[in-house]
Amino acid sequence: MKTSRYALKGLNVLGLLIVIAIFATPFVWMAVTSVKSLSETITFPPVWIPETIRFENFALAWDTGPFFRYFVNSLVVTLSILVLQLFTIVPAAYAFARYRFFADRALFALTMITLMIPTQLIFLPVYLQFSSWGLLDTHLALILPFAANAFAIFMLRQTFKQVPEELLEAARLDQASEWKIMYMVMVPMAKPTIITLLLFSFITHWNDYFWPLVMTTTDASRTLPVGISALTNVEGGVAWHIMMAGNMILVVPILIIFFIAQRHIIRAFVYTGVK
Amino acid sequence: MSGWFERFRPYVMVAPAIIVFVLFFIYPIGYMIYLSFHEWDFISPEKQFVGLDNFSGLSEHPEFLKSLENTFVFTFFSVGITTVLALLLALWINRPTRFYGFVQGAVFSPHIISLVSIAMLWMWLMDPQYGLLNWGLELFGLPQSEWLASPETALYSIILVAIWKSIGFNTLIIIAGLQSIPPHLYEAAALDQSSRFTSFAKITFPMISPTLFFLIIMNLIGSFQVFETIDIMTQGGPLQSTNTLVYYIYEYGFRFFQLGYASSAGVILLIVLSILTVLYFFLMSRRVHYQ
Repeated sequence: MKTSRYALKGLNVLGLLIVIAIFATPFVWMAVTSVKSLSETITFPPVWIPETIRFENFALAWDTGPFFRYFVNSLVVTLSILVLQLFTIVPAAYAFARYRFFADRALFALTMITLMIPTQLIFLPVYLQFSSWGLLDTHLALILPFAANAFAIFMLRQTFKQVPEELLEAARLDQASEWKIMYMVMVPMAKPTIITLLLFSFITHWNDYFWPLVMTTTDASRTLPVGISALTNVEGGVAWHIMMAGNMILVVPILIIFFIAQRHIIRAFVYTGVK
Repeated sequence: MSGWFERFRPYVMVAPAIIVFVLFFIYPIGYMIYLSFHEWDFISPEKQFVGLDNFSGLSEHPEFLKSLENTFVFTFFSVGITTVLALLLALWINRPTRFYGFVQGAVFSPHIISLVSIAMLWMWLMDPQYGLLNWGLELFGLPQSEWLASPETALYSIILVAIWKSIGFNTLIIIAGLQSIPPHLYEAAALDQSSRFTSFAKITFPMISPTLFFLIIMNLIGSFQVFETIDIMTQGGPLQSTNTLVYYIYEYGFRFFQLGYASSAGVILLIVLSILTVLYFFLMSRRVHYQ
């Protein structure tokens, strides 16, 4: 009885280790490849430990294009989106949660419809629109469509609805203005939700490839993911070690942030759930 | 005076968001529908009205039909397998210890990585000559695969990447659903001495079915949009075997400048997504209840 329980426990741990391996091995392989020499990438069976660790691969990858420019573009675009979203989402969610007004249901329905419209559906007409406004290949073309976010409004509205009415009454008795109530009472109560939503937005737009691919035509406004993807067609054939080195530059900072803030991120998930 | 302002306030509050939605989501949909009834090459000043010609053209266009078929195959397998595996994984690793927390983190990690990096990484893993996956297959005495290089296996290779990427997100959402089940239900079941299977069938599954349902619809909508992995890993090839709806729209709009064609393919995607959305809200309001 006892031994079989130990066996089961051992089997369970083994299973969990296999699960970890399935998700970790590709990243480990990326790291190993990124410091190999070209000849070490084209041997079979593959080499696990390179003879010399070639950190110069990162410099080589960085020099294949204007990566500093891409990095700045990514930063400008992502941060602008976050700031704009903060200013559009909070008031809209508050109004939808706490006020009854003419056509409120219709406007909320419009928001929910937007939630279901992916960028992959509207890129063509929006491209034509930006083209006629002369905004193609600018930061604005990458920022403006995401200045508001329907999913975030929906989530934040749910959170705002859960704030007890007594709290608002108390604030109103103190003659606090509605704006003050929103920013001094509601926003602090919804802080975990807002942080989660901003985190999602950051990850989404920092990683986005499709929209910048479609809307940019020159390096002046291209972002990191689009820049990195150009490593697939480096002249003179595929150079896996350079490609992996370039991707390491993109992936490692995000993974580090994730593993430092992992408990917060996962708790944030559990907190908001899918209410 | 203050009464006026009171009445206007909600509109001022929602206006910025609504303007963005109308300008960049609602209006473009209308414009796309308009374009789908026209023939236009982006350059000529005239948009020629052609009625339903674009749609009947699409229905006879083998490349379009192939992309539609591929999209459905991709969606069916990636959503089905992801949901089932994520449910099993969630039931398994939903424990509060640090080690389980680490497993959850590992499973979730691909979700925060750019699809660009994931696509390039898997291209390398799936390299038919020097790739790690073929080495692994050989290690276990299994036959090697051509992965992305063969029309037989390319689409399934893309599906594999999609599952690997999205399983962690799904697992965590299901875990969140599991944790919101009130413990007193299980206590009652324990008093009744119900078996583990009974308590899963009678408590766990009904209680998380709204979450599962939400996930399935979200995954369906997401997989109809598959583009990034296709663009980076295969460009729709070999032999159209991984051409999908969005990739088709992209190619016909941006490479071949047949905007009418591309728009009518977009309208078809819109119809599919609308059906899913309506289905979602309909079923949600009928039987699914969030606490």
